[in-house]
Amino acid sequence: MTHKLFSNRWFMAVVLLALPLLLQSFGNAWVRIADMSLLYVLLALGLNIVVGYAGLLDLGYVAFFALGAYLFALLASPHLTEVFPWIAAMFPDGLHLSLWLVLPLAAGLAGLFGVLLGAPTLKLRGDYLAIVTLGFGEIIRVFLNNMDHPVNLTNGPKGLGQIDAVSVFGYPLSKRLDLGFVELPSVTLYYYLFLALVVLSVVISHRLEYSRIGRAWMAIREDEIAAKAMGLNTRNLKLLAFGMGATFGGISGAMFAAFQGFVSPESFSLMESVMIVAMVVLGGLGHLPGVILGAVLLAGLPEVLRYVASPLQAMTDGRLDAAILRQLLIALAMITIMLWRPRGLWPTPEHGKNLNPQGGAR
Amino acid sequence: MSDLVLNVSGISKRFGGLQALSDVGLRIERGQVYGLIGPNGAGKTTFFNVITGLYTPDSGSFELAGQPYAPTEVHRVAQAGIARTFQNIRLFADMTALENVMVGRHVRTHSGLLGAIFRTAAFKAEELAIEQRARELLDYVGIPNLADYKARTLSYGDQRRLEIARALATDPQLIALDEPAAGMNATEKVQLRELIDKIRRDHRTVLLIEHDVKLVMGLCDRVTVLDYGKVIAQGTPAEVQRNPQVIEAYLGTQSGHVEH
Amino acid sequence: MDVLLQQVINGLVLGSMYALVALGYTMVYGIINLINFAHGEVLMVGALCSWSVVGFLQPLMPDTPGWVLLLISMVLASIAAAALNYAIEKIAYRPLRNAPKLAPLITAIGMSILLQTLAMIVWKPNYKPFPALLPTTPLEIGEAVITPTQLMILGLTVVALAVLSWLVNRTRLGRAMRATAENPRVASLMGVKPDVVISATFIIGAVLATIAGVMWAMNYGTAHHAMGFLPGLKAFTAAVFGGIGNLGGAVLGGVLLGLIESIGSGYLGELTGGVLGSHYTDILAFIVLIVTLTLRPSGLLGERVADRA
Repeated sequence: MTHKLFSNRWFMAVVLLALPLLLQSFGNAWVRIADMSLLYVLLALGLNIVVGYAGLLDLGYVAFFALGAYLFALLASPHLTEVFPWIAAMFPDGLHLSLWLVLPLAAGLAGLFGVLLGAPTLKLRGDYLAIVTLGFGEIIRVFLNNMDHPVNLTNGPKGLGQIDAVSVFGYPLSKRLDLGFVELPSVTLYYYLFLALVVLSVVISHRLEYSRIGRAWMAIREDEIAAKAMGLNTRNLKLLAFGMGATFGGISGAMFAAFQGFVSPESFSLMESVMIVAMVVLGGLGHLPGVILGAVLLAGLPEVLRYVASPLQAMTDGRLDAAILRQLLIALAMITIMLWRPRGLWPTPEHGKNLNPQGGAR
Repeated sequence: MSDLVLNVSGISKRFGGLQALSDVGLRIERGQVYGLIGPNGAGKTTFFNVITGLYTPDSGSFELAGQPYAPTEVHRVAQAGIARTFQNIRLFADMTALENVMVGRHVRTHSGLLGAIFRTAAFKAEELAIEQRARELLDYVGIPNLADYKARTLSYGDQRRLEIARALATDPQLIALDEPAAGMNATEKVQLRELIDKIRRDHRTVLLIEHDVKLVMGLCDRVTVLDYGKVIAQGTPAEVQRNPQVIEAYLGTQSGHVEH
Repeated sequence: MDVLLQQVINGLVLGSMYALVALGYTMVYGIINLINFAHGEVLMVGALCSWSVVGFLQPLMPDTPGWVLLLISMVLASIAAAALNYAIEKIAYRPLRNAPKLAPLITAIGMSILLQTLAMIVWKPNYKPFPALLPTTPLEIGEAVITPTQLMILGLTVVALAVLSWLVNRTRLGRAMRATAENPRVASLMGVKPDVVISATFIIGAVLATIAGVMWAMNYGTAHHAMGFLPGLKAFTAAVFGGIGNLGGAVLGGVLLGLIESIGSGYLGELTGGVLGSHYTDILAFIVLIVTLTLRPSGLLGERVADRA
């Protein structure tokens, strides 16, 4: 009975729309957790295209998140105008690019890098592909951390701050919105923006999955040689997967920068890449509901556990704090779930997928 | 002048110290079922891998339906019109039977990223056509009811048929089957033979590696026999069967009195 | 020129440690085709165990010479690390030998994070000073210097390699390992128990990693929970560089990588006109990896294997 309720689209829509209002009453911090979870869902959906559909184990996915974030940070903060007088001259009011410009730019830049970083990996097998992509992720982080000299592009470890909030139709999401019967704080406004992006991403992912391109990706995942023998241009298809997946990361990154108001290389560590991979694999490779579940669990649960952490911290003489607990849980989750359910918590159903009863594409 | 679907000659391939193929060639006419036989290790699968682009030959000339082609990129060979099955069955295990065959249609269809995302009319029409054709092919090979089952759950015989359906989906000029009867029982072999006959009746050209001599003799129009990478006989099954070199290759020298 | 000699010495020392760890990676990969992501953490556990042992024994045995304490701690730490690695293989990797290909990789990564986190909890996250157990006065070689610790690293590596070589080439176990690496099914048909061989591989790898870990801690003077990660990755790079599955390759790759890093970090600034400083040294290893996998995937000493359909 409950399962039917949850699969009813209208019910879920109402729940998702009402959620922040409910959480608000417990405090903005809870809405913030929901917001970050949504950003992670976006990342997981993007990585799902690369790992879940095409079977390419990318351990450096956080690089695209970082690129999107830094792109937005540079184009919507005082940094560039402060460091480069000629830019300040061109933009006397400062650089404040609007959302509608930044989103495609972030997607484009990330997509481009997706193709660039994917290109050298095309002939590599699973494990090697993982390590090389890991290397790329680290290389990007090291560059971001060190590009403060000779020219101060990224401000190095200090990061970039004073990033504009996103404005939707002229209304900056950093201001609360008073609707009369209810007041929506900034975090809630961001929630709706992120939710819209997530819904859009789910639709795009779903459409890709049930399409000629989606099937081609999955064929590559299953058996690349057989795929080639059926005439698939696996090189181009893999690059397409890398690029497409990366665009989701870039957009999520840009939103992250706007939401936080501040970015630094610390937020884009290997641990993040690992966590996103864990979300996809533990949730259910290539299965949208599973991937979303994985993202929500791994992003949300540790935050919730912060509240449990404080008494634990006291008990263990300061050794178990929230960050350590989070890491511990993720690590244990990765090991135990793979041992218990190697296909993930919610994998694609056994007896084949349900093709649309109307036949053909949706 | 008969219509030659495949015309290859002078193919040689060496792997380190082993000369896997020496100066191998054959010609297949349209609508023929052509057999490639020989003892284990003779180079039959290597030959397949060379003409389909999986291995790069050291030498050889290659022509498909009168057009020369370079067997360097596997997917281009498939695009040109040679489809194959594999000795060890390489299906897309976690995809359904229907999806496997639909992937076979990839090379003859066009819609890409934008069509998929925006669900254009052209995309929808093509998807419908792909699914329809895939279902037809599943029916053609005799497994219409298995459409929604994951390929890895199918029985061995059904998997082989699925692989053939997938290869047919690419609308090939030549369909190359690598030991399709391996591991089959007598009944399954009869069904396979009927299927290949059906494929021939529908004006397709088939190249077949097989060990089952009875199957080959009953089915093939012409046969090439390989041994240690060399062609030792070419002709009709009856001719080849009587060839003493062939007999020796399969059975070994008879009390040492025939020397070649 | 003097700087170069120093860099070469440092490179050889660094390379020796990479070689020891690379051997562990290459042996495991050669036998079960798994990149043991957690191998670097074994280095860390070995080092921290040794630190604990030394810290415990030193006040109890104040007159014992440093090298004796070092040896005792290394032995005890090796035992602990070997037991740990054996347990990891048995609990987390063995059940997944036939699972979908991503599963063991995820487990290995999870194990790596788990070990780091547990180390953080058990030993606390601060950097611990590793006591100087060997005399610290450096010896001069030309214009460069080499410390007794560094000499010991080189010496110990040579000894370890000799022992390993004897083990692999002249013992039954070694034969069994080589056979299993070559063809596990046939080896098992010949009576070799794959589980035994695999466990042995993990144990040997752990001992080598512990030696490297303790040496690392001695050389750089500190030990902490995150010390194993980057060296582990770089050692893996070295293994690939030298030719994965090839023991000589692991050593060659390790030494070469050490030299590349050492010399590279010294000259990076000059070579790139000041744009890239020595902070970028870490990515040298990744660049080596990417170049190797792109240009010569079988590595320096690896065999070229054709991809058969």
